[in-house]
Amino acid sequence: MYEIVTKQELASNIHLIELAAGDVAKKAKPGQFVILRLDEKGERIPLTIAGVDLEKGTVATAFHAVGKTTKKLAKMKAGDSLMDVSGPLGNPAELKKFGRVLLVGGGVWCAPLYYLAKALREKGNELVIVAAGRTGDGLIFEKELEEVSDEFYVATDDGSKGYEGLGFLKDVLEAQKFDHAVAMGQVVLLQTVTELTKPYGLKTMVTLASLMVDGTGMCGACRVTVGGETKFACMDGPEFDGHLVDFEELIKRQRIYLPEERMASMIYEKLGGDVKLG
Amino acid sequence: MDKEKRKHAVPMAKQDVLERIHNFYEVALGYNEEQALAEAERCLQCPKPQCVKGCPVDIDIPAFIKEIKEGNFLAASAKLKEKNSLPAICGRVCPQENQCQKFCILGKMGDPISIGRLERFASDYERTKGVTVSPKKSGVKGRVAVVGSGPAGLTAAADLAKLGYDVVMFESLHSAGGVLMYGIPEFRMPKKIVQAEVDYIQKLGVELKTNYTIGKIFTIDELFESGFDAIFVGSGAGLPHFMRIPGENLGGVYSANEFLIRVNLMKAYLFPEYDTPIRIGKKVAVIGGGNVAMDSARSALRLGAEEVYIVYRRSKEELPARAEEVENAEEEGVNFRFLTNPVKFLGDESGWVKAIECIQMELGEPDASGRRRPVPIEGSEFIMDVDTAVIAIGQTPNPLIQRTTEGLETTKWGTIVVKEETGETTKRGVYAGGDVVSGAATVISAMGAGKKAARSIHEYLMNKKGAKKGE
Repeated sequence: MYEIVTKQELASNIHLIELAAGDVAKKAKPGQFVILRLDEKGERIPLTIAGVDLEKGTVATAFHAVGKTTKKLAKMKAGDSLMDVSGPLGNPAELKKFGRVLLVGGGVWCAPLYYLAKALREKGNELVIVAAGRTGDGLIFEKELEEVSDEFYVATDDGSKGYEGLGFLKDVLEAQKFDHAVAMGQVVLLQTVTELTKPYGLKTMVTLASLMVDGTGMCGACRVTVGGETKFACMDGPEFDGHLVDFEELIKRQRIYLPEERMASMIYEKLGGDVKLG
Repeated sequence: MDKEKRKHAVPMAKQDVLERIHNFYEVALGYNEEQALAEAERCLQCPKPQCVKGCPVDIDIPAFIKEIKEGNFLAASAKLKEKNSLPAICGRVCPQENQCQKFCILGKMGDPISIGRLERFASDYERTKGVTVSPKKSGVKGRVAVVGSGPAGLTAAADLAKLGYDVVMFESLHSAGGVLMYGIPEFRMPKKIVQAEVDYIQKLGVELKTNYTIGKIFTIDELFESGFDAIFVGSGAGLPHFMRIPGENLGGVYSANEFLIRVNLMKAYLFPEYDTPIRIGKKVAVIGGGNVAMDSARSALRLGAEEVYIVYRRSKEELPARAEEVENAEEEGVNFRFLTNPVKFLGDESGWVKAIECIQMELGEPDASGRRRPVPIEGSEFIMDVDTAVIAIGQTPNPLIQRTTEGLETTKWGTIVVKEETGETTKRGVYAGGDVVSGAATVISAMGAGKKAARSIHEYLMNKKGAKKGE
């Protein structure tokens, strides 16, 4: 069992938890993920690591309570325990001195982006960071990201805070020269960012949150076409060159279990708990 | 016993076919006491038993059968466990027809002794009566890490614990058992039986650490640094092969691994009580002809598919699956499309598979495996409508450990190179066995390799200790 050591709601339905998993904490690097399972009947869900505390022996991760498992997790409290925490899985994000780096995070992904930003900063990079969200209320880690950046922007889909949409990045990219870019967020955001950076030949890494079951290379549910080749996000990624990713296919693959996910989530809400068959 | 009677094995009851295609309960029901006694009675108790030659773990087969014959069922189980720590598993999934039973003298004039069924009976009997564990031997000092908790790892861990070593077994998934948990379906290998065997191994003193993916959380070298004296790698063949044909990433196209992990390990057949879903269509094609393909096809039927096809590029004679599994699949209504090979998957607008374009094959000259090579017949392409496809064309070892361990030699197939007799790898103190060495093979051959490696590790550590003393 793995204890939830701390838990806080950062924004509406967005939570940050620290989990007691000392061995995972010792090895975790920005860009890697953990797989959680809440209980005996639970599914395995991948969540990107948002930091570690070696003294406490904890791993932090943020999640948006949108499906059954994350809604259930949102109801759990500090002191409760999860059945399984497996990690660190996947490869770390590339970490070195690139020079000037553009970082774009969407919604809940601003948490793991901050973990990466700190590490990039330590390597001596200059950081231009964009925190994006659907609405101003959904933004997290704004202050922290701003602190670690040289230049900081906020953008929301509805324009309720900062720029409306990511279109403004065109001007930023026109005006400055970047050596590297990383985007973390929903697939649509990743696609938008890579389309914006493409004309400038700016290599843009994207962290994919593909559908996964085991997360260790066994099932292939996370397969994604990168540069015309099939890759496993769990083993070969989750960070890939965004200009080579087939986003159309990725979006379709992510929707495979949408009806089941909606059903499970609805049943959970309506019943206020788990179902029992028979 | 009259001669005529001795010729025929006592049949084992199976769940009725019309019932079983709607549930995941075990198909083969096992012997009751009376049946076991009758079958054991047939054994000739040969002075020079041939059956033993066919057993990769050297079970004293006549001795355990004699115990059954005399009604000493617990003693029979104890006899089995002298050599085999997982008899309830072997009794179910060993291909006995190619091993012990193949050599049985009775087989020359009738049915060989049903060694597997008797093994299953004795171990099931013991489990229902409460398993007894002999106390751990003391006096031997040493820590051994076992990487992977499938058949090879479980066997190596058990044997090493019995020798008195401190054993820690690392498993990357959340349950121990490897392929017995994630791969082989409930109706062939009930998960509570696997867990009972895992419990037994833990009672022997083995410490189990689940959720530890070696190669990620610790490398092999880090395990040595943390104080292990030797390491056994039994990480299996977990990486699924795909066909590398167009449309393979459409929704509804699964690797057999994904399909079976969802169904077996995650119990997707009980969704939404269990959280992991699986989407199964009306018409399912399973590509491949091995046991994994049969398991996938039979699982698809139980999940409610109306038509299930095995699509295999060679002919029935070349099917690599066990005859018994093919027979079960046929009985349950799985259709076979022999000499057929997929060329591409076709999808609908939403990105879901709707058909497979296939080509007819014919058998040409024998290839390296000795089987006749399938050759496409030009212009014979045709469309097969399906809404689910499962690719079961084989697995290779997961490369994680090989990639992160310096000095560990591998073949071009990604398997770890070992000395056949000992399981020694090219890295000192590291031993390997099972599918990670042989490529996807059988449960019992992996167990045999685990056993051999445990013996070699013991010798290695004894010598090391001896050398230290002599310094």
